[in-house]
Amino acid sequence: MVRDFTFNEAYFLLISARWTVLLALVACVGGGLVGMVIAGLRVSPSSLLRRLSMGYVRFIEGTPILIQLFMVYYGTAFIGLSPDPWSAAAFTFIFNSAAFFGEIFYGAISAVPVGQWEVSRALGLRFVPTLRLVILPQAFRLMLPPTVGLIVQIIKGTSVASLIGFTELARTATLINTVTFEPALVFGLVALIYFSLCWPLSLLGAALERRLQVQQRRSGPLSKGAPAQPVAAVAGPD
Amino acid sequence: MDYVFHFGPILDRWPLLLWGLYRTLELSIISMVFGLVIGIAGAVAKVFGPRPVRAVASAYVEIIRNTPLLIQLFFIYFTLPFVGLRLSSNVAAIVALSIHLGAYVTEIIRAGIESVPAGQIEAGKALGLSGRQIIRFVVLTPAIRAVYPALGAQFILQLLGSSIVSAIAAEELTAVANNLAMQTFRNFEIYIVVAVMYFVAVQVFSALFRWSGRKLFRWKV
Repeated sequence: MVRDFTFNEAYFLLISARWTVLLALVACVGGGLVGMVIAGLRVSPSSLLRRLSMGYVRFIEGTPILIQLFMVYYGTAFIGLSPDPWSAAAFTFIFNSAAFFGEIFYGAISAVPVGQWEVSRALGLRFVPTLRLVILPQAFRLMLPPTVGLIVQIIKGTSVASLIGFTELARTATLINTVTFEPALVFGLVALIYFSLCWPLSLLGAALERRLQVQQRRSGPLSKGAPAQPVAAVAGPD
Repeated sequence: MDYVFHFGPILDRWPLLLWGLYRTLELSIISMVFGLVIGIAGAVAKVFGPRPVRAVASAYVEIIRNTPLLIQLFFIYFTLPFVGLRLSSNVAAIVALSIHLGAYVTEIIRAGIESVPAGQIEAGKALGLSGRQIIRFVVLTPAIRAVYPALGAQFILQLLGSSIVSAIAAEELTAVANNLAMQTFRNFEIYIVVAVMYFVAVQVFSALFRWSGRKLFRWKV
């Protein structure tokens, strides 16, 4: 049965994009929160916690997200779980992006001069208040550009969830392609939808990056605790 | 929890897993070579090209970087037969991976080119080097050296991202894992083993890449 690619199919694609957006949102919010914890652990006074969090990040960054997804979806039967595609995808994307968020936050935190930590300690602040009141406000503007870049990577990365049968944009596209047999039209339109989600964010990220560079040039590396070097752009799961 | 781990049925099939790893490395390295060529051409076009060439290079970079690899892969695999190019899934995978990586490499090398001081190019002209020589020796070599670590990071993402081509049944490590999972039902064990294989491959690759960087760019600034 071959169907024509009509307005209905296009509409169907367009509304399936909400699942892509929802998964990306969950991954960004959840991953951002867990990422903060990871970044906190990476600078914590305990070397065991530092090493554990670093190992976690290296494992996530050193294995494909597709394998992580399969591990959660197909591989959790041994503890009696059989998650549906949505929960498996949400879980995987939260804990995958957490590692990348954690790296960005950690990079921004460690770009704040050590003197700031020492001063806070001299003022009698403990670890958590130092982080919250002194370090994070300064690190925040450094983490903004790479965070926006990571969000773009996450939106694109959610397409991988189609491979465990989560019906978001990419999977709807393959489904419609098999009944209409119009791959150029279907995947072209889907690419356009992804593009219109990602491109504005990419432009925003680039603009933030430029503004940060201007600020750094103006304020100089040492005043107001501005970092000597910008945080390296972190590319995320794709 | 009465599950017993059985790595036996998987480890018995180690030649298959190794073959999958070999295929993954093959796909990645071939697409890295093509991606590097595309990226160098794209970066030179984007910086030195006339306006229409710059516009085309920019459009290529923006389109590829703002759409998922999976969609690019499907587009190439399913659309090319309509224009008379019937590619096997392995070839389609290499084409998609190369075009994908090329866009990222273009941006990385462009950043490297822009880090080369203008005075250096002028010095090259003053020494009487031809335009081609200037681009090759005065611009590209220091540019690639400056962005070598970023290039390595992108290549590693490519190595991991190549797992996606299992979606069009190209033969590589992830596809081997999926087949083994269907045959043995030892899903968790298989994906753990394969994850470790990817992890080790990434560590070895990044060590080799750093080492080759030290060999290639020996001179001091």
